[in-house]
Amino acid sequence: MQYSQKVLDHFANPRNVGVIDDPDGVGEVGNPVCGDVMKITIKVKDNRIEDVKFQTLGCGAAIATSSMVTELAKGKSLEDAETISRDDVASELDGLPPAKMHCSNLAADALRAAIADYREKVETG
Amino acid sequence: MKPNFIYMDHAATTPADPRVVEAMRPFFTDRFANPATLYTQGRENDDAVEASRESIARNLNCASSEIYFTSGGTESDNWAIKGAVWAGEKRGRHIVTSAVEHHAVLDTCEYLAAHGGELTVVPVSSQGMVDPADVAKAIRDDTVLVSIMHANNEVGAIEPIEEISAITREKGVLFHTDAVQTVGKIPVDVEALGVDILSASGHKFYGPKGVGFLYIRKGTRVETLNHGGGQERSRRSGTLNVPGIVGMAAALDLAGESIDSADRLSAMARRLWDGLTAKAGDLNLNTDLSNCLPGFLNFVVAGVEGEAMLLRLDNADICVSSGSACTTGSLEPSHVLLALGLPPEVAHGSLRFTMGRENTDADIDAILEVLPGIITTLREMSPTYRKT
Repeated sequence: MQYSQKVLDHFANPRNVGVIDDPDGVGEVGNPVCGDVMKITIKVKDNRIEDVKFQTLGCGAAIATSSMVTELAKGKSLEDAETISRDDVASELDGLPPAKMHCSNLAADALRAAIADYREKVETG
Repeated sequence: MKPNFIYMDHAATTPADPRVVEAMRPFFTDRFANPATLYTQGRENDDAVEASRESIARNLNCASSEIYFTSGGTESDNWAIKGAVWAGEKRGRHIVTSAVEHHAVLDTCEYLAAHGGELTVVPVSSQGMVDPADVAKAIRDDTVLVSIMHANNEVGAIEPIEEISAITREKGVLFHTDAVQTVGKIPVDVEALGVDILSASGHKFYGPKGVGFLYIRKGTRVETLNHGGGQERSRRSGTLNVPGIVGMAAALDLAGESIDSADRLSAMARRLWDGLTAKAGDLNLNTDLSNCLPGFLNFVVAGVEGEAMLLRLDNADICVSSGSACTTGSLEPSHVLLALGLPPEVAHGSLRFTMGRENTDADIDAILEVLPGIITTLREMSPTYRKT
């Protein structure tokens, strides 16, 4: 299975690339040995994801899923954003090749890690 | 006619030369007869096949009776290795090969090892070179076959075949070489190389896909794998691919043009490397530019994954390949790059350019125009590159 047009579009024109200065939450997942590392930074306001940016080292699917998860998360409440799954990201991209479903589909995990980081910071003050 | 994309993946396949296609054309339609038949049309096609065999044999400096037509490199490698090992079972079942062989060789050897055989895989240097002394050490009394490629398909290293064949001859062990990357690109003379069995594939030297050959030195015992109609002197049954065989022979006759362009291709590879290192830092060469196939350039780019670069180059209509996990079809990066000693996280960032006779300096200029920008963009996107 080859990449969908949507994957190729998000790969060629990734949305929300970069790092938020002074972020409210940071999530980093992956491992360079496997070839993919994703870092997501979020800004939270009134329990909503006001801004989200990503940095990714990885293949076309890794970059496209990162780009897509930032689009899905932006403006959502933390509770809604947390429910975004790997499958949601893949289906919004019109599917991923089977081999990419596991190794390069970590963006939702990175987002959840960023939200968890935010909550921990809030709780510990 | 020049295509509207820059093709730099000649180790994967080459375009068929238009003169090759012309030579093949009559054999699809008017001259379709099976060369095994007895009527005039069949006999004429048998003549065409035999003329092709003689022409290929002349190019390789062997007898035409030592050339057997196959469906390509993978079949040739499978036949050579399984056939030689099964024919040599009285002596033993031990095989010696290298860590950088094509999967058609490595996986065949591993298959035999998993079915009662034994396998020694010799290591390579950081530039992919086999040390003949390692081969000598690996050979045992029960070794039936040594299989070492003539040149590597990922980094382009040309292996010391003459030195290895001196060892296998002294020890009386059969020697097979996978010459899929060398036939038609650099001079290949089976007498000078001293090999017993040699695999080649038509589409790597501007011939058609789906056809190759196996050279088997006279008197070498190799079991038959394809049983059936008794073609190829009963050693490889199957209706002969007449257009393919005629095309492959025509392509090899034109190969002098590739061999003559070797210096030009090597200079282009050098210019590409010099230009890229000047414009983008943190690149590491995997190809020994002083001992490699003409026009070969394999390197790793720190902080970027190979498939991402490949796809961005594709957007700029430039065709190359990578040894990253995403392009090997598994979760592991290229076994060749790992055998060179590269850590997996480094091997993921590899790119391979393999140039051919239709490439020009303008192609190099175009790559130098876009690739440094691609590397910069992807590095800026990376959370790990020059992390502070």
